[in-house]
Amino acid sequence: LRRIFGGGTVDEATWEAAEETLIAADVGPALAARVVAGARRRDAPPAEAIRAELLALLLPGDRAWRPAPAVARQPQPVLVIGVNGTGKTTTIAKLAALLRRDGTTVLLAAADTFRAAAVEQLRAWAERLDLPVVAHAPRADPGAVVFDALDAASARDIAVVIADTAGRLHTKRDLMDELTKIRRVIERRLPGSRPDVLLVLDATTGQNGLHQARVFHETVGVNGIIVTKMDSTARAGIVFAIEDELQLPVLFLGTGESLDDLEPFDPQRFVTALFEA
Amino acid sequence: MFDLLSDRLRQTLARLTGRGRITPAAVDAAVRDIRLALLEADVNYRVVKDFTARLRERAIGQEILASLTAGQQIVKMVNEELTELLSHGDRTLHLTGSPAVVLLVGMQGSGKTTSAAKLGKYLARQGRRPLLAAVDPYRPAAAEQLAVLAKQAGLPVWQGDGAQKSDVSASARLAVAAARADGRDVVILDSAGRLSVNEALMAEIRDLAVAVKPAETLLVVDAMTGQEAVSVAEAFHAAVPVTGLVLTKIDGDARGGAALSISAVTGLPVKLMGTGEKVDALEPFHPDRLAGRILGMGDVLTLVERAQGAFDERQAREMTDKLARNAFTLEDFLDQLQQVKQMGPLGELVGMIPGMGGLAKEAQASIERGDMTRIEAIVRSMTRAERNDPTVLNGSRRRRIAIGSGTSLAEVNRLVKQFAEMQKLMRQFGGGKRLPVGLGRG
Repeated sequence: LRRIFGGGTVDEATWEAAEETLIAADVGPALAARVVAGARRRDAPPAEAIRAELLALLLPGDRAWRPAPAVARQPQPVLVIGVNGTGKTTTIAKLAALLRRDGTTVLLAAADTFRAAAVEQLRAWAERLDLPVVAHAPRADPGAVVFDALDAASARDIAVVIADTAGRLHTKRDLMDELTKIRRVIERRLPGSRPDVLLVLDATTGQNGLHQARVFHETVGVNGIIVTKMDSTARAGIVFAIEDELQLPVLFLGTGESLDDLEPFDPQRFVTALFEA
Repeated sequence: MFDLLSDRLRQTLARLTGRGRITPAAVDAAVRDIRLALLEADVNYRVVKDFTARLRERAIGQEILASLTAGQQIVKMVNEELTELLSHGDRTLHLTGSPAVVLLVGMQGSGKTTSAAKLGKYLARQGRRPLLAAVDPYRPAAAEQLAVLAKQAGLPVWQGDGAQKSDVSASARLAVAAARADGRDVVILDSAGRLSVNEALMAEIRDLAVAVKPAETLLVVDAMTGQEAVSVAEAFHAAVPVTGLVLTKIDGDARGGAALSISAVTGLPVKLMGTGEKVDALEPFHPDRLAGRILGMGDVLTLVERAQGAFDERQAREMTDKLARNAFTLEDFLDQLQQVKQMGPLGELVGMIPGMGGLAKEAQASIERGDMTRIEAIVRSMTRAERNDPTVLNGSRRRRIAIGSGTSLAEVNRLVKQFAEMQKLMRQFGGGKRLPVGLGRG
């Protein structure tokens, strides 16, 4: 975008190129057109105007995330959900590492009882982080895993339980119902609790990302989003539509394979990165 | 959003009813919506630009066929063009060499490991003897995942005992040698997920390909991928000559424009597509079907085939056997429910019939109200033993099931009673009668 508006004269072709840049960043054709139309109405240099339009789509306010128990002296449940292959398990390891750095105690619940070796993958991370894991046999009821994990955390005075769930396409009703059931189990075990439900979204996802976020949010209620694989060439422009339409904040960006590659989401920096595309 | 878009496109096209020749105005109106539809489907914006320019050129001034409206003729043209773009190259798998080496590459989470197992099973069904091998030293439990999936597919897996795992080229060579020694004619190498910007890992996969000279190098691409699909595919193709694509997660509702973009830009054919979580959910790619899907047009063919495929002959025979032996349990009943579901959400199926977009929404709503989900929840809340023998269900078990499934005791009682009556009925019929066609299709 910087390059497009660097030339001095701004004509129809310049705006069209700007719109294409937004589309190429997965902002989506409808929203890209809206951003450009809004920018043209602004009394500001074009690049600044587009920047302002994009920032206006993102939610205002503080995004600092720390799970706090709603029920005194009980563990806070954190449910990590998303479609297949977005990086849920790796993200959980990063979240756990982050919490532990603050001195928060964490227990992991291996509630992905479906994918082959998902439990082993979570265990490998837990060993590296020296964290306790609650796991059942393959194909066990994920709700029961979470229930036991909350019990174990409660007995051991552990502050946060992060539950890994099986990847599921948002179009599969039976699998979506399973998530609702896990949430019910939590509410039964910890009446009055407000689980943190975090949706993991792959940065390379296109327009389907909005649909994913909407269906997961309608089904279980999502509190925040973590966008993974931001170290790829993708710009994750779908985030604008998600924050604008669903009012769901992006909390973190996954930026690599190691445990500390999890950055708090910074709207200014996110928009700047898009500009440098 | 997708529905809105295809509804809009349908409306625009319906308005274009002129006779004679296709006018520039008609083309402009259609092109505007077609461009939006393609971009919403994640087709790369450059590909869209070329596509709409070519369409305009081809359409303007064309004689409208007597049987069609201008709108229908444009759609036909779009569909032909999309199908042609998706028909690039040779879609057959060339398994030369002994063993033939098939290398799967792609980004993290695209579905390589699952695809490796599915491809193994797919080839085994065609009489091949595949060996699966994980050459992923990075992701925790990657080899274990492949081993579990291989077991589900009934295939051997090379574990690489004693191999220096971090040297993937050496591992791959050992896997190929192991396949040869064991008389396997195909070895499927599941490589680690990597980002195209990671130079070290891209160099690693290049070396691996040089070391084992794959007959097929398949790039595994998530159907939900956005605009970056093209540059990712180009980067992989530059590092290791890719021979084709496997498009995964097509059982979601993504339109899959990424596949079109990659094919259009690189000329690489889509060879296979992953259509579900089970190890046998891998199908040859059909360009015409994806073309219909990208544009949001009906696809009657897929509907019919899916309905046939979901309840296959063998399963029907097994079921008849079980009925005859009076061994039909709630477990089998659950399987049947799943098969109906495998056909996809009912609304989606109806949506595949052209002109039925509105009905699709209603069908979906009725499913959402429906009893099927509640019945399934009840059966799922039973233990395996209870499903196999519902007579053990005493009051306290039934109460637990009602709570676990979020239903009521009355509903559980009703289901158990109905099932018992059904079993009684079956006993009376007994004696190896064939299952009526259509039973189990809901």
